[in-house]
Amino acid sequence: MKERERPIRILIAKPGLDGHDRGAKALTLALRDKGMEVIYTGIRQTPESIVQTAIQEDVEVVGLSSLAGAHNYHFPRVAELLAEGGNSDVLIIGGGIISEEDVASLKEKGIKEIFGPGARTEDIVNFIRQNVKRGGGQK
Amino acid sequence: MPDHIRELVRGMLNGSQNSLAQLISLVENDEWKVDDILDKDRLALREIWRLGITGPPGAGKSTLVTGLVKEIRGKGLSVGIIAVDPSSAVSGGAVLGDRIRMQQYFLDRKVFIRSVTTRGSYGGLSKSIPDIIRLLEAFGKDIIMVETAGVGQSEVAIKGMVDTVIVVLTPEGGDSIQFMKAGLIEIADIVVVNKSDRVSSDIFASEIMGVLSINRKTGWQVPVINTQAINGIGIESLYQEIEKHQKFLEMTRPGSSNMKS
Repeated sequence: MKERERPIRILIAKPGLDGHDRGAKALTLALRDKGMEVIYTGIRQTPESIVQTAIQEDVEVVGLSSLAGAHNYHFPRVAELLAEGGNSDVLIIGGGIISEEDVASLKEKGIKEIFGPGARTEDIVNFIRQNVKRGGGQK
Repeated sequence: MPDHIRELVRGMLNGSQNSLAQLISLVENDEWKVDDILDKDRLALREIWRLGITGPPGAGKSTLVTGLVKEIRGKGLSVGIIAVDPSSAVSGGAVLGDRIRMQQYFLDRKVFIRSVTTRGSYGGLSKSIPDIIRLLEAFGKDIIMVETAGVGQSEVAIKGMVDTVIVVLTPEGGDSIQFMKAGLIEIADIVVVNKSDRVSSDIFASEIMGVLSINRKTGWQVPVINTQAINGIGIESLYQEIEKHQKFLEMTRPGSSNMKS
């Protein structure tokens, strides 16, 4: 194993019919500046396409953004599909406009943390660093 | 070889994208070399074709690759894509955005896309590319495309890694003197002038053709193809030229009975 720390690979995706990607793009740039390799796939993704991308790119983290209210379907579906493919060790986080009630139920369904409006990028970065589980190719 | 690596190799050879993706990470992270984990005999058996797509940033490389995927899939062939984007010299991080052009193939099981960062390498490539190509070969892909990060004039490392180099330019690329200079244009097996709906695209294309026609070395006349990748225009002609180049290389390969003396 090399001495140099390998960059964390993260997929930032927007599931569903939601065109508001400013937050996702801002986070993408912030994570890049913190030394992460960020795969950005843009708007209008399905849970299936997100999971397929996560697998091919061998990411350790999936970040989902939703401001359109369909998070209660899309987020858990991503967790479900990742688990079905044997990738339940991928850290899933979410962001967007999500009520406190929904946050609680999403956390029960495998979304590790939800970051709402006003969340600080440092907090997101620290959360990822502390909770990321697998390292490139090694489960 | 540790058991978990052996298991990943077995999984990959049985068609698991999961295992392939994890093996790519291992070679990318310099933890393993392909030579140490793959049986060499296995690789020599199959005929695969490797394409390199290179050119300046924003020329339309990813969109062109997506157009080529359509042609390749239309022929029933499978394809692996390695899309390179630059790592930040400041933070080491990267934004990998080539996939975004390829969305329609995210769920096609015959298309495997992997984004790779340069991680300090030059030439619009990463040093792990040859190993990643070999993993995709072993996985059973018929065609492999390597899309470099956007390059300038002198990034030519792709030449040694693929069979056919496609250089993608846009009509703003300069005059004939630019193409007489050494560098990118020298390694082209095919030149694409993308965004050919733009003003003076025809003049640009003929300037390149002019320079290429007075500098024939290998017996292969480098074609110049006009495309509008985003509208799918010219992609079919491009694919035909790729096939012609493939045939040309097969004919002139040492040992071929058709080889010119």
